[in-house]
Amino acid sequence: MAKVLMKGNEAIAEAAIRAGCRHYFGYPITPQTELAAYMAKRMPKIGGVFLQAESEIAAINMVYGVAATGRRVMTSSSSPGVSLKQEGISYIAGSDLPALIVNVQRGGPGLGGIQPSQSDYFQATKGGGHGDYHLIVVAPSSVQEMADLTALAFDLSDKYRVPSMLLADGTIGQMMEPVELPEPEAPEFTEKPWAVTGTRLQRPHHIVNSLYLVPEELEKKNFERFETYRQIEQAEVRYEAFRMEDAEYCVVAFGIAARVAKNAIAAARKEGIKVGLIRPITLWPFPKKALAEAAAHCKAFLSVELSMGQMIEDVKLSIDCRRPVSLCNRAGGMIPSPDEVLDSIRSLSRRDKPCLSADGQGPSLQQTGGAAQ
Amino acid sequence: MIVFEKPKSLTDAELHYCPGCTHGIIHRLVAEAIDSLGIEGNTIGVAPVGCAVMAYNYFACDMVEAAHGRAPAMATGIKRSLPDRIVFTYQGDGDLASIGMAETVHAATRNENITVIFVNNAIYGMTGGQMAPTSLPGQVTQTSPYGRDVLTAGYPVKVAELLSSLDGPEFIARVAVNNVKNVKNAKKVIEKAFRNQIDGKGFSLVEVISACPTNWGMTPQKALDWIDEKMIPYYPLGVYKDKSASAGAGSARPQNGQEVQP
Ligand SMILES: Cc1ncc(C[n+]2csc(CCOP(=O)(O)OP(=O)(O)O)c2C)c(N)n1
Ligand code: SF4
Repeated sequence: MAKVLMKGNEAIAEAAIRAGCRHYFGYPITPQTELAAYMAKRMPKIGGVFLQAESEIAAINMVYGVAATGRRVMTSSSSPGVSLKQEGISYIAGSDLPALIVNVQRGGPGLGGIQPSQSDYFQATKGGGHGDYHLIVVAPSSVQEMADLTALAFDLSDKYRVPSMLLADGTIGQMMEPVELPEPEAPEFTEKPWAVTGTRLQRPHHIVNSLYLVPEELEKKNFERFETYRQIEQAEVRYEAFRMEDAEYCVVAFGIAARVAKNAIAAARKEGIKVGLIRPITLWPFPKKALAEAAAHCKAFLSVELSMGQMIEDVKLSIDCRRPVSLCNRAGGMIPSPDEVLDSIRSLSRRDKPCLSADGQGPSLQQTGGAAQ
Repeated sequence: MIVFEKPKSLTDAELHYCPGCTHGIIHRLVAEAIDSLGIEGNTIGVAPVGCAVMAYNYFACDMVEAAHGRAPAMATGIKRSLPDRIVFTYQGDGDLASIGMAETVHAATRNENITVIFVNNAIYGMTGGQMAPTSLPGQVTQTSPYGRDVLTAGYPVKVAELLSSLDGPEFIARVAVNNVKNVKNAKKVIEKAFRNQIDGKGFSLVEVISACPTNWGMTPQKALDWIDEKMIPYYPLGVYKDKSASAGAGSARPQNGQEVQP
């Protein structure tokens, strides 16, 4: 299929339609407006539903309603709006429904700013709303991936009955790049035997619900859901390894930060620094194993983020703090330049600063022990 | 000859409502409407957060359980996904007129083709009797122990009046279930609110004045009397809006105390 030039936000919208999504609910917010505008134009032409809801709270609960009927459905917003959606997301997760939530992140906290950010990493990957749950979180780093990961997010969400989130940022949302779109899928695909569609007096009634007043039952539900999460962690981790074969230093970055990091890595390689990149494509499940394996041959790690340092915690956990992990970050809507990242890589290769453990006794750099599991 | 039987669209589950609570009567009226219109297999209900949270166990049609106040938004999603199904919400006053007011008003103004059963018992029942948006001036509740002071707590929200000022909704009415006459009338009105949806007419809301003897601190009989003495004077019964009947005239005047002719 021929490539077309598209904005990242529009690529999400078109890819969603091609993945069979016919229901979109949203509330205006920068920097994701192109997505809603695209849906407003296209949905009525293809028998789909575009509805501008009265708030993000209403939008996510409309999503909850469509999801209960077993159809592909999505909403999109940016950071402050996604905060408002958290209660609804928790209900969707607690009712084991598939749905796609797109967060084109901007700087925070509070009203923050409208420039790109990755500071909703914790919210996206650790739960976000109340209760024990996870979302499947994918993080595109190009307009092509905005499209590809939208389709993947729908598929995984359907497969596991776990809501998924596409965690993008304002840069990729606004950026224009050539993109190859997948062939359209028919709107009706997988059977949803649990959906509420009317009993037709042919079966007992279906109930979509997240309330379990008996604690034993609620615990059982949570255990079952976490068993599903374990399967997802085993089967669905996706990441890109870039120049990692001989790497002595490992940069970890996702989304737009990974693109900056790649430029910096190319420059560092010219200076003879053997550095590579692990780019998580799924932020949850996080590529723990890939990082642990990298710790076997890398002396130090660098987390590059558009936040005050959130993913860095998962990097440290993935390698059990066996190597020093430093942070190269900008916040509030700022993006680190390739030179800033290059500087951080240089100091990584000079400095042997351990990642401190609670007792102040960090593991030393000389411990280049066996591969971690 | 059978003179009394359980509506088919109620399950066999035992209701958990307190003695004298009129939630049970309202469930029955909704189920009778569903039965008489023959729509059980085609209906999807949305339960609220409130005393009726477990309505999903009582109605035999497919059911979902919404977040507190969000039932109209969830119903919107369901209806937009399955436009040929009948979708109703069943909500209390805290749910519909406080936390969920935005969802209520906007579903109404979109004339979303759903049926809303709004149970106004002037109290937060499930959480143990706090002041509701519909608690009367001077009404003593757990969170208005000296009586609702309108200077600090504001005035009750008159949902039927408020919504009937909108151009969008098809049908807004207020009924009560505290005596046989009112119950009979409520039955007709609720059925009309469902029939409107079948006919594609749009948003139809029935506000039902309901008793909460437990949290009003009254005997069931006293609670029914209190509805006549205090509630109905503040919340007059009648049809507040019937777009098809008045062909858009949109009168917000209740036909006070009159029987509704659906
Ligand atoms: C977001 C949220 N806030 C508060 C509650 C607690 N809560 C449960 S039921 C309820 C009030 C219900 O009152 P009402 O809607 O009047 O229904 P009733 O119980 O009187 O039938 C509240 C505040 C909740 N479950 N969720
Ligand atoms: S608390 Fe009130 S509304 Fe709730 S079941 Fe008891 S009487 Fe009914």
